Amino acid sequence: MPKDEPIAPKTLDLIRAQMSRRGVIAGVGGLGVAGLLAACSTSSPKGATSGSPSGSPSAIADTGGTVRWANWTLYLDYDSKTKKYPTLEAFQKQSGIKVKYMEDVDDNNSFYGKVQGQLKLGQDIGYDIVTLTDWMATRWIRLGYTQTIDATGIPNKVNILDALNNVSFDPGRHQSLTWQSGFAGFGWNKQKIPGGIKTLDQLFAPANKGKIEVLSEMRDTMGIILQYQGVDISSNFTEAQFMNGIDFLTKKISDGFIRKVVGNSYKEDLVSGDAVAVIGWSGDFFQLNAQSNGKFDFALPESGGTLWSDNMMIPSTSHNRKNAEAVMNYYYEPAVAAQVAAYVNYICPVKGAQAEMEKINPALAKSPYIFPDATALSKAKVFRALTPAEETTFTTAFQKATGN
Amino acid sequence: MAYLQSVVTRAGYFTSKKGRLPYLLLFPGMLWLFTFFVLPIINLAGTSTQTPVAGGETGQYVQTFRFANYIDAFNQARPQFARSFLYATLATLLALAISYPLAYAIAFRSGRFKNILLVLVVAPFFTSFLLRTVAWKQILGEQGFVVPALRSMHIIGQNTSLTASALAVVTGMTYNFLPFMTLPLYASLERIDPRTLEASNDLYANGITTFRKVTFPLSMPGVVAGTLLTFIPAAGDYVNAAILGNPNTTMIGNVIDSRFFNIVDYPTAAALSFMLMAAILILVTIYIRRSGTDELV
Repeated sequence: MPKDEPIAPKTLDLIRAQMSRRGVIAGVGGLGVAGLLAACSTSSPKGATSGSPSGSPSAIADTGGTVRWANWTLYLDYDSKTKKYPTLEAFQKQSGIKVKYMEDVDDNNSFYGKVQGQLKLGQDIGYDIVTLTDWMATRWIRLGYTQTIDATGIPNKVNILDALNNVSFDPGRHQSLTWQSGFAGFGWNKQKIPGGIKTLDQLFAPANKGKIEVLSEMRDTMGIILQYQGVDISSNFTEAQFMNGIDFLTKKISDGFIRKVVGNSYKEDLVSGDAVAVIGWSGDFFQLNAQSNGKFDFALPESGGTLWSDNMMIPSTSHNRKNAEAVMNYYYEPAVAAQVAAYVNYICPVKGAQAEMEKINPALAKSPYIFPDATALSKAKVFRALTPAEETTFTTAFQKATGN
Repeated sequence: MAYLQSVVTRAGYFTSKKGRLPYLLLFPGMLWLFTFFVLPIINLAGTSTQTPVAGGETGQYVQTFRFANYIDAFNQARPQFARSFLYATLATLLALAISYPLAYAIAFRSGRFKNILLVLVVAPFFTSFLLRTVAWKQILGEQGFVVPALRSMHIIGQNTSLTASALAVVTGMTYNFLPFMTLPLYASLERIDPRTLEASNDLYANGITTFRKVTFPLSMPGVVAGTLLTFIPAAGDYVNAAILGNPNTTMIGNVIDSRFFNIVDYPTAAALSFMLMAAILILVTIYIRRSGTDELV
């Protein structure tokens, strides 16, 4: 066998699909192995802590140097031949700023557990950019663990999609900037359900009983149930409204409609035929269909789906804000964003990237999973930020409903 | 310790000058046990009586010595506790039923294949526990051979599936812990002196009586060790329930996992862990006492 034979693009796609970002979560975080390590460092809080980080963001000097960026695995365009990240290489060449890119996040909770002690004490956590999911970003911002982003340092910030600009945890995006986003909605096997699924009633049709799976991510599953019940999940809904949704879920589980409450392993179950309809993530269906000749379909519920994001933030302990902002600015250039999107296949948060994608890969430019149109975006809401007390109550209720 | 001392003294080998040697030999083990068992246990005990900080951040707890945490935790997880012990018991009994004939055959009837058979028993350990469990998902799934076969024989309905069920969880546990049952059984069966069996024969006992009166009692240490090695990890297992079960078949391990990592409710998770340990300890003590093999194990 020739030594330097390039891997066929199809094979690469397969590998990628096998190891999608969410896949890594399910593999590691899903069984709590990574979290186990985190618990070791977080399970002994010392009394009541007021949790105020020392040193206000503006007081921290910009000492420059290498930008250290923590992100999820397989979440940036990667060239397996050169073992480099093409866009990142280009940035370093053009700006002279060095970036150390680390795939250090594989679970929100375990990552937080690893760095929270230092954050609390105001000690360097070893990262200048962290990339965390909405609800964890909420916690960081609430605790003052992030630095205010200087808009003049990121002129490209205006390119953010409108739907992502005014989120409840960071209105106007002064502490965070979206890295990639995704939808949660209905996914189904087209051979088994030719009519498709547009409402929750269609998902829970008697014919699908015992072959339905929903996401273990509370905000996605509950977000869809609550919107079905007429609740606006981005506004201040009440605990009673949330519990109504929990009752609905509990009933469906005790009646045997729901086969499993899972992370992304619903993909395997759809492929094997053990599940025929799910509440799942848009990006997964992009990959599923690439592998199975369009056997599956995905749609946002008529009553509304959810929109989640992973967000770049500059930790309060970073001394490298200016350069970190330069990195963020670079990735909000439409052409660069398109290059990243062509690799990661999640929703690209940058306006203008679709036009740039036409030049790279016209087929991807038409993908509703990467570039959703305005109607799709208007059908998906971001789950509102919860207070710590709500977070505990809601998560407990959800875990209990799902058998835990 | 005292026992060791008396042996040492009786042997008269270790004089006063060398009296420290047994302690030195014990030191690495003790250090290990202290660092990775005693300290975490103390930490866990401390965590189990904490309460949330009023108005505090998720995961912030303060020590208030609230022992009612245990009662609350138990009441919330009663069904999962019951399920854990039920499934673990079923898996242990099934594993015993499968392993005993297997161990017996390897010990007495395998001839020159003995070593190969023993390697085959251990062979699954060369693959990851997770992978082996996921494999069962496929065996029992729609694409496996079991479901279509059972359907065509009309043993199960056309829409009945075997995955995501209590049956799958117990099957997975039985399979995963089978070597832990087989090896101790083999070890004690293999040690049985064939002359005892011959003597039984000479005394006009038939095969069944010999098994009942000689073989089985002599293999009791293996039975006890095997059932313990299966039951204890099975009761605390959550991987099988997570991969092969459904939301109505979760076990106590799943609740502890969810409390620790999803709800970030460390006190309840710690309290549940302690109750699980206590329950297992009590059951095991009663079991060993009743089986009358405390000297043998």
